[in-house]
Amino acid sequence: MALIKTENLTLSYENMTVIKDMSFEVNSGDYLCIVGENGSGKSTLVKALLSLKKPVDGSITFGDGLLRREIGYLPQQTNAQRDFPASVSEVVISGCLNSRGIRPFYSPREREIAAENMERLGITELKKRSYRDLSGGQQQRVLLARALCATKKLLLLDEPVSGLDPMVTAELYELISSINKSGVTVIMVTHDMSAALNYASHVLCMTEDNWFFGSLDDFVASDAAAFMKGGAVRG
Amino acid sequence: MGEIIAEMFSAPVLVRALIVGVLVSLCAALLGVSLVLKRYSMIGDGLSHVGFGALAVATVMNLAPMAVAIPVVILAAFLLLRLSSNGKIKGDAAIALISTSALAIGVMAVSMSSGMNVDINSYLFGSIISVSGGDVVISVILALAVLLMFVFFYTKIFAITFDESFAKATGTNANLYNMLIALLTAVTIVIGMRLMGSMLISSLIIFPALCSMRVFRSFKSVTICSAVISVATFVIGMFISYIADTPCGASIVCVNIVFFVIFFVIGAVMSRSRKA
Repeated sequence: MALIKTENLTLSYENMTVIKDMSFEVNSGDYLCIVGENGSGKSTLVKALLSLKKPVDGSITFGDGLLRREIGYLPQQTNAQRDFPASVSEVVISGCLNSRGIRPFYSPREREIAAENMERLGITELKKRSYRDLSGGQQQRVLLARALCATKKLLLLDEPVSGLDPMVTAELYELISSINKSGVTVIMVTHDMSAALNYASHVLCMTEDNWFFGSLDDFVASDAAAFMKGGAVRG
Repeated sequence: MGEIIAEMFSAPVLVRALIVGVLVSLCAALLGVSLVLKRYSMIGDGLSHVGFGALAVATVMNLAPMAVAIPVVILAAFLLLRLSSNGKIKGDAAIALISTSALAIGVMAVSMSSGMNVDINSYLFGSIISVSGGDVVISVILALAVLLMFVFFYTKIFAITFDESFAKATGTNANLYNMLIALLTAVTIVIGMRLMGSMLISSLIIFPALCSMRVFRSFKSVTICSAVISVATFVIGMFISYIADTPCGASIVCVNIVFFVIFFVIGAVMSRSRKA
C-alpha cells in the first residue's frame, strides 16, 4: 500500500483553485521532488499533506501505518528564527513533541532519540551552541535532526537549500540522499531542477494550470521537462 | 537602609503594591519572552491603550473598572492576534489603529465627565494608591496560572515560539496556545496598568526579555533570567520611587533602561571575546 495517496485532489488558496484533480502516490523509500513555478500551488499542497488545509475535493490517504502527525517537516526558515536564543539540543528535542501528549517534560528515551539524530547529522559537538550563532548550513542540519525526531518514515522538506551557498547545498543534498537510502521516504519541494534530476526517484512538476507526475525517467522524457527548461540540464 | 525598608513594609498600601508588582512583573517577563521572540511586542503596547480606554469609560459610567477592563482587553487581544495572523490589515498597522482609537475614546470619555474627579494622570502613568485588595487577589491567581502554564506547557511554548509551522505540522494546537498566551497577557496588562500606568506597562513585557537575550543563548536561560531581571528591577524601582519620591512606574522603567545598557555592554563584550 502507498504511504501517501492523493485522488482527484483539488485545493484552493484564498478562494482560487490552484490545484485541480491531482492524483499521485508516494511509496515507502521513494524520493519525490515537487518542482514548479511560483504560484503553482506547491506551498498549498504542502499544507494539505500536513493536514493544515482541507481539500476542496478529492482525498489524501495515508497508508503503511503513517500517522498524520508523524511527518518530519522542515519548513522554510523565518526571519524571527535566525536570531532565536535556543540551544541546538533544545531545538532538536522539540521534534519529539508529537509523540508525547500532555506530559510536561521530556523523558530519557526522548533525549536518547534527540542524541541519536544529532549524531546522525554530525551536529553532536554543536549541541550546547546557540542556534543563532550557527551558519545557514548548520541551522538546516539542526532543523533536519528535529524533523527526524518527529518521524521514522517520511520527511517533507520545503525548499531546504534556499539561501545556502553551492558547497553547503551539495553537502545537504548528499545528506538528504543518505537519509533516504537508510529507508526514510523523502518529499522535497524545490526550485532546483538539477537536484530533482540528480536525486529524485519520482517528480511532481506543477505549472499554473497543469501538473505532471511520474518516475524520473518518465519525467525526463516528458513535455513537462522540456517546459521546465531553464535549469533542466542533467548532471 | 533597614529603617526605610521597615517603614515601607509598615504601610499596607505599599505592601499591596509590592505584592501585586512582583507577581505582575514575573508574569509579564515570562509571557514577554514568547511575545518578543514571536515579534508580538507591540501587542502589549496596543492592549495597554485599550485598557486605558476601557478604564476611563468604566469610571465615567460608574462601573467597576476591572470588571469592564479585563473582558474588553481580552477581546482586543484575540482580535489583534487574529489580525496579525490573517493579514488583511498588517499586524503593526492594526495595532496602531486599535490603540489610538481606544486612547481617543478614553480621552473623550474623561473630558465629557469634566465635573467628576477623574485623575487621568494616574491612569496614564500609574499610581501605587490605586492598587486595591481585589487586585492583590486577582494578581495572586493570575501569577499562579501563568507559572503553572509555563511549567506544564514549557516544551510546547518553546515549540510554537520557535517554529509555529513545525509545531502545527506535528500536531500541536498552536492556535490554542497562542490564545492562552494572549489571554494571560491581557489580564497581566490590566492588573499591572494600575501600578505602572497604561503608557509604561508594556516595558515590563519587553525589557526583561530583551536584556536577557543580549547575554543568554538558550531559551531556558533567557526565560529564567528574564523572570529574575523583571522582579529585581521592579523592587529596585519601587525602592527608588519611595526614597526619591518619584512616580513608581517611571522609576521602574528607568531601572530597566540601566539594566538594558549593562546587559547590552556585557553582550557586546561576550560576542567580541567569542570571535577573538
